[in-house]
Amino acid sequence: MGRLAFDLAHLLAGSLVLLSLLMLYQDRMFSLIRIFAFHAIVLSMSVAWQAFTQGAPHLYITAAIALLFKAFIIPVSLHRIVVRLEVHREIEVVGGVGITMLIGIGLIALSLAVMLPATASADPLAREDLAFALSVVLLGLLMMVTRRNAVTQIIGFMSLENGLILAAAGAKGMPLVVEISVAFSVLIAFIVIGVFLFRIRERFDSVDVGVLEFSRGERQ
Amino acid sequence: MPLALALWYVAGLLVLSVAAIAMRGLPRASAIVYAACGAIAFALLFGAAQRLIAFPDATARLTLPLGLPWIGARFRLDALSCFFLVVINLGAVGACLYAIGYGAHEKEPGRILPFFPAFVAGMNCVVVADDAFTFLVSWEFMSLASWALVLAHHDEAENRRAGFVYIVMASLGATALLLAFGLLAGPSGGYDFATIAATPRPEWLAGLVVVLALVGAGSKAGLAPLHVWLPLAHPAAPSHVSALMSGAMTKVAVYGFIRIVFDLVGPVQLWWSVVMMLLGAGSAVLGVMFAAIERDLKRLLAYSTIENIGVVFTGLGLAMAFKANNIEWAAALAFSAALLHVLNHSLFKSLLFFGAGAVLGATGLRDIEKLGGLIHRMPRSSFAMLGAAMAISALPPLNGFVSEWLLFQAVLVSPALPQWGLKLMTPAVGAALALAAALGAAAFVRMFGIVYLGRPRSPAAIKATETDPWSLAAMFLVLALCLSLGVAPGLVLDAIAPVAHALIGARLPEQSTMAWLTVAPIAEARSSYNGLLVFAFIAISTLTAIEVIHRFGSRAIRRASAWDCGFPNDDPATQYTASSFAQPIRRVFGNIVFSARENVDMPAPGDSRAAHLTVETTDRIWSWIYEPLTGAINRIATSINRLQFLTIRGYLSLVFAALVALLLTVATWR
Repeated sequence: MGRLAFDLAHLLAGSLVLLSLLMLYQDRMFSLIRIFAFHAIVLSMSVAWQAFTQGAPHLYITAAIALLFKAFIIPVSLHRIVVRLEVHREIEVVGGVGITMLIGIGLIALSLAVMLPATASADPLAREDLAFALSVVLLGLLMMVTRRNAVTQIIGFMSLENGLILAAAGAKGMPLVVEISVAFSVLIAFIVIGVFLFRIRERFDSVDVGVLEFSRGERQ
Repeated sequence: MPLALALWYVAGLLVLSVAAIAMRGLPRASAIVYAACGAIAFALLFGAAQRLIAFPDATARLTLPLGLPWIGARFRLDALSCFFLVVINLGAVGACLYAIGYGAHEKEPGRILPFFPAFVAGMNCVVVADDAFTFLVSWEFMSLASWALVLAHHDEAENRRAGFVYIVMASLGATALLLAFGLLAGPSGGYDFATIAATPRPEWLAGLVVVLALVGAGSKAGLAPLHVWLPLAHPAAPSHVSALMSGAMTKVAVYGFIRIVFDLVGPVQLWWSVVMMLLGAGSAVLGVMFAAIERDLKRLLAYSTIENIGVVFTGLGLAMAFKANNIEWAAALAFSAALLHVLNHSLFKSLLFFGAGAVLGATGLRDIEKLGGLIHRMPRSSFAMLGAAMAISALPPLNGFVSEWLLFQAVLVSPALPQWGLKLMTPAVGAALALAAALGAAAFVRMFGIVYLGRPRSPAAIKATETDPWSLAAMFLVLALCLSLGVAPGLVLDAIAPVAHALIGARLPEQSTMAWLTVAPIAEARSSYNGLLVFAFIAISTLTAIEVIHRFGSRAIRRASAWDCGFPNDDPATQYTASSFAQPIRRVFGNIVFSARENVDMPAPGDSRAAHLTVETTDRIWSWIYEPLTGAINRIATSINRLQFLTIRGYLSLVFAALVALLLTVATWR
């Protein structure tokens, strides 16, 4: 049990990091949303596995919330937004896939270098989980920084939040209330951002954040 | 007085300050608040003095469950705290008594009444604090309360500027003190004073702490070059507050410095004393020179405060030099002289500000060029001012003489120091102090002569009337204290002795055993001073002279028309003016200290226009240190301002970069 539990948790968390890297270089909108949905599915599997090994039934609820919201509702609505905004044909400029990937690998190395010595006394399962979770967070942030389209920035933000849930699930004894409230706040953030997207679009005929800079008079 | 009682009194002051807000509508609110504040301050004064005399070596400690949770607020009462409690509350009692009368003229008492008791409470809290947190919170409370008082008359642009400069300098000082206490507490975070004093620390760290303390406490005390706010802020406040700021708050800063350097930081190092003496002597000379040419009465007094703080810090520096060389008896002499000067200055500076307030209340003027002849219109307050001017000019038999004399005694034993550099430097510092004392006398002769003698130079000065009895009572009370401290300094020196003993390790010889109130700081064979004898001599010779003149001279007075060549024109403008009195000093030191320039605007021959002579003086410290500094801060602020206008991705990248940089630091530091 112990060995298997560790290996499976490791595998799932590692796949999350891998999927984050996949998102990082993906430059097509619909594929990106599909990978994001897959990201959320793997997350909910990981959380469910944690629930099973830790014997913490409330984590199943977290896993279910993640599966419902992040793997279905949000990707589907994002898909509809993209169709309605008519940005699906845009092939986004990511800005040097190679360099971005190298930076991403560097970030993973950094989070391992930070987390593993810092949690030397914790149990190995939580340690690996935390290191991977930090990598997912950093990769999500990197995605937000390197993308120009508002929709892809949202996906970056959501994948960042997935990393937070992974960390929370790995830490034993995190109350359910916290996880549920985090999940709901993310949903609300998503709604608010969605509304704003349409307002921006109405106003500027684009969701490229570069356009916003024109409107503030910083670029002529 | 037990410590708990003292804290109850302080709490009473805070309650009073809240009550003052509630009472602001009442017609007698001002008198009630000041009377209550004065009563509490008197209780504190009495308790502290009684404790200093009865139980000089006892230290009381108390921890209250206030402030930081699990740590609380620690307080203590030892000899040093008691002495400074006496200084603060003596000033507060005088100021309250004075303000019962003076505060009645205040247009908007609601702007002053709530802050005044809070200010007194803050000062009292600083000197009884026993951990860094309590000390800093009290210190900031004191600063903010006094800042509110400086801004009491904020409708004048000059006062708003004074308030701004003051709050900037106060923040600088508080930051320096915060860093100093942070370094003192070290990584283990022992913030109570007992732990700090018991912790050994490397020499460079102790030196850094002393430099920071010098910036923090020195900026509050008005040590050059951190003095720039003082001549702006002290005059801006109402006069009784000015008296308290100059007389008591600068002393709280001196207390902070003594507490850190002599008590907390550990063994004294020699180079500190060199820095202290140079800064102190520099402040003394610079302050008095500006006082000698200043036209604004209250600002003149503020500059003189800088001089006196310089004298105190020089004394402390000298004490450090002796202590670093383990010559404790001489260190105790210099230290006692500095403390005595602290007490003396708080007395006569309060009195001078009271007098200036009386003049301001009677005429509405602060410019001494427009005053004159007030000795006939305000005979009593001018007598008190004459006494204060004599005291601050260090004339016997008043108190200013004793402390300066003791300080010079300490300078005279400097050949006992083993280092040649110090042996040569100390007499030079002594000479600078002597110069400051002489110029101080000149400045106060000028002040008294121009304001009170001669003929009035403006209609407002003609209409002046004597101030109210409360103010006069306060002034004569303080004057009586000045005289009695001058006549019987031995009593105070004996009360100071336990303070010196606790911090220096030695004390002056017992003075109360000497006959006829004589003071002999080292040994009677070496030097001694008898204030009573000098007072008796001056009193008897003056009375005799008056008697002789009246008996043989007055009868011979003839009244006749003045010789016209003396006064061809009876316009008051023909009198000697303050500027003309100051001109020799300005000329001698003009280029170096004031960078003074005289511009003569002479009309062409045949032109009937009047000629003009204008003099421009600038504070070089302001143009050399502060202007480049403010310029640099403005430039940095302008360039940082670009951060306000980044793009969304720019901000995100900034957050991302900061996060990565922090993680990298964590990863590599271990």
